[in-house]
Amino acid sequence: MSFEWPWQYNFPPFFTLQPNVDTRQKQLAAWCSLALSYCRHHKLYTLDVMEAQESPVFNNKKIERKLSMEAIQVVFEELRKKGNLEWLDKNKSRCLVMWRRPEEWGKLIYQWVSKNGMVNSVFTLYELSNGDDTEGEEFHGLEEWMLLRSLQALQTEGKAEVITIDDGKGVKFF
Amino acid sequence: ICSAKLDVGVVLLSTHRLIWRDVKNHECCIAMPLSQILFFEEQAAGIGKSAKIVIHLHPTLTNKEPGPYQHSKYSFIKLSFKEHGQIEFYRRLTEEMTQKRWENTPVSQPIPTGTGSQAGRTRAVGIVGIERKIEEKRKETDKNISEAFEDLSKLMVKAKEMVELSRSIANKIKDKQGDITEDETIRFKSYLLSMGIANPVTRETHGSGTHYHLQLAKQLGDMLQAPLEERGGMMALTEVYCLVNRARGMELLSPEDLVNACKMFESLKLPLRLRVFDSGVMVVQLQSHSEEEMIASALDSVSDKGSLTAEEFAKLLGLSVLLSKERLLLAEKMGHLCRDDSVEGLRFYPNLF
Repeated sequence: MSFEWPWQYNFPPFFTLQPNVDTRQKQLAAWCSLALSYCRHHKLYTLDVMEAQESPVFNNKKIERKLSMEAIQVVFEELRKKGNLEWLDKNKSRCLVMWRRPEEWGKLIYQWVSKNGMVNSVFTLYELSNGDDTEGEEFHGLEEWMLLRSLQALQTEGKAEVITIDDGKGVKFF
Repeated sequence: ICSAKLDVGVVLLSTHRLIWRDVKNHECCIAMPLSQILFFEEQAAGIGKSAKIVIHLHPTLTNKEPGPYQHSKYSFIKLSFKEHGQIEFYRRLTEEMTQKRWENTPVSQPIPTGTGSQAGRTRAVGIVGIERKIEEKRKETDKNISEAFEDLSKLMVKAKEMVELSRSIANKIKDKQGDITEDETIRFKSYLLSMGIANPVTRETHGSGTHYHLQLAKQLGDMLQAPLEERGGMMALTEVYCLVNRARGMELLSPEDLVNACKMFESLKLPLRLRVFDSGVMVVQLQSHSEEEMIASALDSVSDKGSLTAEEFAKLLGLSVLLSKERLLLAEKMGHLCRDDSVEGLRFYPNLF
């Protein structure tokens, strides 16, 4: 299924950081949701800022408009404030994009676990993200760092415990 | 060291020293630091006598380098200018003694017998000399400018006296109408006119300060009604300035006077207002001018055309580009429009966000 662009994407002013405060708020909200849905669609978990500028999200070649580097940083800061983004380095050149927050992932995983009656079982992380059983699940293919965070979220809720198996990590569900 | 009599030679002056060199034997030269000079004076030429410069010296220093005389009972030396150069040399020596440049730049080498290295050192000193000269010139120019402006203020005082004088004469003429011919009166009045003493509201007739501005504001109030209406109720202050001064012809208004007069519109209950936009642009507008209407119509125009630049909008309305931009910015501020800033320029769109 191809990605559906929101109407703002073809509206030239969308690519200019608006000076009017109210207008800007609406603009940024639209950008955040666009960035997240794009990442979700393409299963992107990390973004490199330099590459982002050339990516179709921030660069609409059809109307010949693109977001300035300054504006991209503003959008990313918005995402960070909402908890959907985390910087990987101090220079803010790479970031983790969490179009679904760890708690939300945790919930999905737990639902699958309980639906299949596998509570009290132990899994390796690999089994969860790449096992045949989980194929078709949304969390299939989830990157390890994200999976770990989701499981840690479940851990704080008391629904799971992260353990070490051999030379890797695993999880026990309760 | 030379043992020949120090008779015919050339005297050279550097920033540090006085040097005498034998005209034939260039190896023979003596030098004396300028710091040794206490005082010097000219001795005019006379019959049988050549012009001289007498140089009085400080007592010798203990580390004095060997020279032709170890001691002398005289505390001065005389330079006898048999041929020419005395005037120039005196002038240069005065300059060097005033500047005392040897105090700033150190002398590194003793007297060389060759002339090569000497040239190098003199050059380095020369740059400092050039810099010093530039600084002097700057100070001189500064002084000249302040003096010139002193003259200007003196001129203004004189001009005032002139104006007073011509006014008193004009009054006298009025009183003694009979004694002076019609012709002369007209001629005199035309002189007055050419000096700018006609009837417009002037500083002289009404003084400077608020009274002047008050009168000016009233005059502007009358004068600007029609032009404002023609231009949709608003004019940039610069346009007003040009219009008003062109109409006056003489006794032109200064920008400050114009602004101060415009600031009084409201307190005088005149139907005009001075308005300052966020960007600093100042306009005069009719009080009846409604900003909401303007913005609503701006939004209509933009929606109609999809998007507009300030230039396009100006053309559409017959406004100046400056004012049309201000109107668009205001509409943006109110949230009716949004902007598209790209390499193609600044465009305004209806705010669909």
